[in-house]
Amino acid sequence: MHETAVAQSILDTILEHAGKLNAKPVRAVISCGQFNTLNDEAMQFAFETAAEGTVCEAMELVIRHIPLRARCVNCDRLFEFDIYTPACPECKSEHFDFQADAPLLLEEIEFENPNDKGGL
Amino acid sequence: MKVNLNTRILSKNEQAAELNRGFLADHKLACLNLISSPGSGKTTILARTITDLKDKLRIGVIEGDIKTDYDAQRIRTAGAAAVQIETEGACHLSAPQVNWALQKLPVNDLDLVFIENVGNLVCPSAFDLGESGRVVVLSIPEGDDKPAKYPGTFANADVILINKIDLISYLKFDLQRVLADIAVLNSKALIMQISAATGQGMQTWYDWLMDQQTSR
Repeated sequence: MHETAVAQSILDTILEHAGKLNAKPVRAVISCGQFNTLNDEAMQFAFETAAEGTVCEAMELVIRHIPLRARCVNCDRLFEFDIYTPACPECKSEHFDFQADAPLLLEEIEFENPNDKGGL
Repeated sequence: MKVNLNTRILSKNEQAAELNRGFLADHKLACLNLISSPGSGKTTILARTITDLKDKLRIGVIEGDIKTDYDAQRIRTAGAAAVQIETEGACHLSAPQVNWALQKLPVNDLDLVFIENVGNLVCPSAFDLGESGRVVVLSIPEGDDKPAKYPGTFANADVILINKIDLISYLKFDLQRVLADIAVLNSKALIMQISAATGQGMQTWYDWLMDQQTSR
């Protein structure tokens, strides 16, 4: 449910840029890590709800999940952590250090081109 | 037309958390963020801690709940200053709310501030409140699968309190499984087995708390 707080924050930023550019946003890309993860369905629903009645209504939201990486203490290999097989894929050691989890990011916003206005 | 941003979505919360960190440092206050499921015993742990350390540590508490000030009342009865935040539906505390609550506590007369987050093992973990340490409580009746099911919360803990340890012989709870799952996610966390009801294991927790205060 923290998706509602995340949705409001994304919406505020998009609206700010839309106002500055005087353009209609059509697509935004956000990304999250594995520990600060977002539930896709909850996130889409929260954003849809927050965007209702604004220029962001009906825009597309893309959510990228960034894998969590760990470094093996035994063989120094860097690998993508999988909670179902929590071991180094190289030497099978269960001793590893996590790299920093990816932060919640608003990566990009795509706006309608001015000459697209009016559509078909 | 595409605008590349790569801005942090929770930057407003993170800025407020930095303000809180500065405020706490200025007042030489340790601050611990308590996270757990509802009913794990956070408030009972705090009430007993306040009573048992009343001559050693001056504690203030920020209570977060969706509704009611029941918890703040329990803390005041135990003998500590408490400020209640009612989140009115929000499932976690955010740094601006803590900023507001810190202004209401008698911070000049305190050594340590506890923030008792809204009972929830998911969302609070994503919100930095400016705390100096994070304490996650897991209680025996919740089951031994919780660290594996909520990895983000357990991965970010400095201390993990396994509460209601006095009930372990009555319930199916595989302590070794819990310790193994935590070891995968977080090899640095201190794990303490306690019972706030009987007092078992509480001294280890108190010793650690006293260290937090003296290390400020």
